[in-house]
Amino acid sequence: MLSRVASSIYWLNRYIERAENYARFVEVNLNLTLDLPRGTAEQWEPLVATTGDHESFMHRYGKATKETVVRFLLADPANANSILSCLVAARENARSVREVISSDMWEQVNRFYLMVRDSVSKGLSSQNLHPFLLDVKANSHLFLGITDATMSHGEGWHFARLGRLLERADKTSRILDVKYFMLLPTVTAVGTPFDIIQWSALLKSASALEMYYRRFGRISPDDVAAFLVLDSTFPRAIRYCLIKSEDSLHAISGSERGAYQNQAEKRLGRLRAELDFADVEDCVADGLHEFVDQFQAQLNDVGDSIFETFFAPRPIHSTIPVMETQ
Amino acid sequence: MKLSSYDPGEFYDELYEGQGQPRPGSTVLLRKLASLPEGELKKRQEAAERVILNMGMTFGVYGSDHGHEQIFPFDIVPRIVVSSEWEHIESGLRQRMRALNFFIDDVYHDQKIIKDGVVPSELLHSGKGFLPPCMGLNPPRRIWCHIAGIDLVRIGDGRYYVLEDNARCPSGVAYVLEARQVMKRTFPELFETYRVRPVDGYPSQLLETLRSLSDLPDPTIVILTPGIFNSAYYEHSLLAQKMGVELVESSDLIVVDGFVHMRTTKGSQRVDVIYRRINDDYLDPLAFRPDSVLGVPGLMESYKRGRVALANAPGTGVSDDKAIYAYVPKIINYYLAEEPILPNVPTYLCSDRRDRTYVLEHLDQLVVKATNEAGGYGMMIGPHASKQEREDCAHHIEADPRNYIAQPTLALSRVPTLVEDHLEGRHVDLRPYVLYGRDIYVLPGGMTRVALRKGSLVVNSSQGGGNKDTWVLS
Repeated sequence: MLSRVASSIYWLNRYIERAENYARFVEVNLNLTLDLPRGTAEQWEPLVATTGDHESFMHRYGKATKETVVRFLLADPANANSILSCLVAARENARSVREVISSDMWEQVNRFYLMVRDSVSKGLSSQNLHPFLLDVKANSHLFLGITDATMSHGEGWHFARLGRLLERADKTSRILDVKYFMLLPTVTAVGTPFDIIQWSALLKSASALEMYYRRFGRISPDDVAAFLVLDSTFPRAIRYCLIKSEDSLHAISGSERGAYQNQAEKRLGRLRAELDFADVEDCVADGLHEFVDQFQAQLNDVGDSIFETFFAPRPIHSTIPVMETQ
Repeated sequence: MKLSSYDPGEFYDELYEGQGQPRPGSTVLLRKLASLPEGELKKRQEAAERVILNMGMTFGVYGSDHGHEQIFPFDIVPRIVVSSEWEHIESGLRQRMRALNFFIDDVYHDQKIIKDGVVPSELLHSGKGFLPPCMGLNPPRRIWCHIAGIDLVRIGDGRYYVLEDNARCPSGVAYVLEARQVMKRTFPELFETYRVRPVDGYPSQLLETLRSLSDLPDPTIVILTPGIFNSAYYEHSLLAQKMGVELVESSDLIVVDGFVHMRTTKGSQRVDVIYRRINDDYLDPLAFRPDSVLGVPGLMESYKRGRVALANAPGTGVSDDKAIYAYVPKIINYYLAEEPILPNVPTYLCSDRRDRTYVLEHLDQLVVKATNEAGGYGMMIGPHASKQEREDCAHHIEADPRNYIAQPTLALSRVPTLVEDHLEGRHVDLRPYVLYGRDIYVLPGGMTRVALRKGSLVVNSSQGGGNKDTWVLS
């Protein structure tokens, strides 16, 4: 497969997954603010902080309100990570690999893009914000389903899954981080029903509430962290994402699991092994936020080595041996 | 819907012999349209447009400020060509394709046609399409132009004429394939009654043509595109998809040890045949334009040594120069000893003093074209131009006569076209596609381009033109 094509498939899937997760970010905050006790101010700044684009947001908007944050995360063409920008980028990537993906995949990306573009140009208000977020999630799921059902599960598909799951692992860690930035009304509110409501809102935005209940039954902060970080079967849990990413990486290079042929496999294998042998105490010992921060840095390194290994244009050397002459 | 008020007017109408009198092949179609309830055709047109939007059928327009991508305008009423008419067209296209290839091969070898005084030497050497680096080259089976799109028009006398040849990188065939898909989705019942010859075979015919350029049992074939910002990118990706070959950009290709390779996730892989959709000038910065960022350094050298095949071969532009066009009837006669089956449109060469004087005196009646432009750029339609535009045109001609030809303003035939809720005649042309591999293949149908603006004669998509499906009946 052409390096450029592999890169486009990878990024196509990262952008679609990113758009879906931005919808989840906003959704978690909407859920949280709806449950706020009377008289408490809505908190929108924490949301921007978790995306990592806090600085550029403050520079452009100055003040975090529901309107400015929603515009920044969903509809702002100047924010390279907004849902609108993600769909523009996903579509451009899809357009450049139309001959490799199925027509059904292309048509779905195109429809998804048109839906977002039209919704944004009509304006997102409190009335249509929630349906819009649901639409974004549903369109992303549809794209995923179409990809699985219409594209050969060969090299291209593995690059698609790799991109999608690395993006998802990063974003699940950020959803978990929203709770860190979200201030409780008082310090003593930890462990109160209100605290519990926040944790369940968070699970809900990762579509994890039912699966969590089946495993743990009741809400406790440690169990939520354990579930979203360490579960090996829930598809939005970080560890699950790393396991499947690693499978795809090995399927691409053809090497055995447990060994590595390149820097990408080495780094991802290490990171996955760390989680294999971690329990929730390891995650929260120095604070969950610190754990998440460190994890994101390591995941970035994995992304960098995937670029170096597969996508970066490398010099191709002559195979004719150089003859030495007297 | 009511069709009785449709007025074919003074033009040749492709579906009507006269008011209320359908042509033989069109009866069933027009009866069907007449049976539709008022507003139904418009509904289907809108449904077709939604399909086009969702499929992402787009083209790019250079210098347009509406963003670089536009949905292709499409009209739901098809053009019909009956089989006897098509046989005539097809035989004319085959004849022209053979003659043009003989001409190109001769021009890059002995130039007998020049020595025999049939085509003037200065006309050949002054054209931008003639590439001296191609002298003496021998592409596989001495075929240079494998893929051509030849523009035809029909005028008042009901005869088809060749308007121009496109022998470099003709585009538009993707719209033929997609227009048919759209029509099948929106008018399934008509396909049950009509025997419309299918166009779906084009990609596999193209693949066979490209395969014929290599002696290897399973050559690696790629399409070379300038990239997603090119106006025809949609077509490049569609053809790659339908042939199952890689679509590459020039940065994906590299010449190693004299052979062309593409960069893959598993190292480099040799490429044997390139269907290139970039112009000669941009193929190889070492051979042609050193400023080109699109090219592959070393590609021409590899091609000259026969290590990679290119379709079309570099240098075919010599045959579709609009001044050379005027000589094509003589070219056919010279190489094949046959009379042209499809006649040319009368053409005045501004490089010829007598022709030029005539052109300058009759600018208000003529269409003036730049010899080396395509896509409707550099064209002046005398009867529709302002005084200022005609004066500008005269200056251009006097400054560089070789670069201009003129033709009479043709009363192009019309096809009923949906305008709001009723049908009106709109002018059309027809671009059939011809492939030349082991044999010559002519796609049954082609791109019927329609000038959607009332009275307009310019059918180019970059200038307000649209597209209709073309039904060749069997």
